[in-house]
Amino acid sequence: MKNPMHASLSWQIFRHVVLMAGAAVFLLPFVWMLSTSLKPADEIFREGFHLLPQHWAAIENYSKALTQVPLLRYLVNGIVVCAGILVLQIIVALPAAYCFAKLQFRGKRLAWGLVMMSLMIPFQATAIPLYILLYHAGLLDTTAALIIPFIASGFGIFLMRQFFMGVPNDLIHAARLDGMSEFELVWRIMMPAAMPALIAFSIFSVVWHWNDYFWPLLVINTADLATPPLGTMFFKNEEAGTDFGPLMAGTVIITLPLLLFFLSAQKRFIEGVTLSGVKG
Amino acid sequence: MRIKPLQLSLLLGPCLVLTALLLIVPLFIVALMSLTDWQFGAGTWNWVGLGNYVDLWNDPTFRKSFANTVYYLVIVSVCSIAIGLGVALLIESHESLRGFYRTAFFMPVASTLIAMAVVWQFLMHPTVGFLNKVLSWFGISPQNWLNDYDLALPSLAAIGIWQMAGLAMVMFLAGLKNIPMELRHASLLDGMRHPLDRLLRLTLPMLGPTMLFVVTVCSIRSLQVFDTVHALTQGGPNKSTEVLLHTIYSEGFIFFRMGYAAAIVLVFVACIFILTLIQQIGMEKRTHYQ
Repeated sequence: MKNPMHASLSWQIFRHVVLMAGAAVFLLPFVWMLSTSLKPADEIFREGFHLLPQHWAAIENYSKALTQVPLLRYLVNGIVVCAGILVLQIIVALPAAYCFAKLQFRGKRLAWGLVMMSLMIPFQATAIPLYILLYHAGLLDTTAALIIPFIASGFGIFLMRQFFMGVPNDLIHAARLDGMSEFELVWRIMMPAAMPALIAFSIFSVVWHWNDYFWPLLVINTADLATPPLGTMFFKNEEAGTDFGPLMAGTVIITLPLLLFFLSAQKRFIEGVTLSGVKG
Repeated sequence: MRIKPLQLSLLLGPCLVLTALLLIVPLFIVALMSLTDWQFGAGTWNWVGLGNYVDLWNDPTFRKSFANTVYYLVIVSVCSIAIGLGVALLIESHESLRGFYRTAFFMPVASTLIAMAVVWQFLMHPTVGFLNKVLSWFGISPQNWLNDYDLALPSLAAIGIWQMAGLAMVMFLAGLKNIPMELRHASLLDGMRHPLDRLLRLTLPMLGPTMLFVVTVCSIRSLQVFDTVHALTQGGPNKSTEVLLHTIYSEGFIFFRMGYAAAIVLVFVACIFILTLIQQIGMEKRTHYQ
């Protein structure tokens, strides 16, 4: 008897045809971007479609993209902002997650409610008062303005608490008997134990803040402080939408770092998405 | 375990103070602000009670914006979930090329949306865009995707679906992994021979909780559409792509009508609250059911 769990040949063909067609559509913008970034202007407007250019214009396009606006500067800004946010988030969230997972104290339920509430409220809800606050603090149009609003991460606390719950209490007792202070305990015992959660959270935080457009658009006016998404828009306006080769080269330069990061960490990232359900 | 209050406040204090300062206080201020006519930079403000909300109700731009947001939310959520589920089932049904497909469909989720929006704008370009080239192969006249009153919002929705279907797919893949293999074997022994039979009577019911979760995540995310609107249409042509976050942005940060913008923020938060509530109730039902 044929094993019904075993896929038939026609089913396999069907599966590949549908998935390949879908994948082609989903990858089309990436392929198109890359292909256009290599072509000279006259080939971009030519009828018919060739994946590879007949005359390569990669060097012209990419050098034009790099010199017209400070694209590399935007990438560095993105790295500084994301690293700043991540480090501060961990410094604040990790000890808090330890408290919620392993300690008993008065007002714990109330405090936990606060954390859960911060998970639910979208960032855009608080954007107006935060903007005004930063205005009065004289911090608008600074790198600090891009970092400060995101330091307290309910999501990070939630994720790490789940992990800390699984750390045996005996380990903590033993560390205390060895004379470890609570701070040493948090950073030398709990942090290594929570590494998988910490990595998942880091990937999330970086992808999230690297791609954020709403907040940088509000607080940054100086081109030199722009993050990659905001820089993309400066670049687009600069090009006025006619010189597609350099424009696509620019978007490749802006998109590539994160995409490479994703491709190298994709297993963990996808795990992270499913594990945590994505903060919306 | 108990520790000294001083140590506790040093460990937990920063987190609680920051959460209060960056979240609770601002939220409170937004609520208060929505009851005033305060304009950014103005020295005076008046208490207008629910005046802003009455104005919202009568404001055709806001009504259009709200209707567009709901339209976008429904189209993008439904299509993303349908595509995500279909793709997840197909990928899971056999192991060949699984990794490639998973990456291909997930790549848009991880990419910088604003940069990809520029690429989409090029693909949808009225004269040199690839989309119109494809149409011309079939003898269909070219369309002005992003500047046509009837087409602009569906075009943005298409980009939204492209970006979100992979997210739904990944969550469904995780849900499928959680269905025990034994259950599948048992269903075979019970005579569920036809794959469609198994899909309808075993797989889909078992995906119930995942489905509820995916619906909530996708709808909350599509409620937050902003990047593509701001980059590609600015709410136009003639308000046909005006959505809630973009209205908040232009009222608050272009016209500086903070009181009015705050009222829209409250409507926005209420929508998210309702969506979350629906999920909570759904989850509750499910646990009572078991």
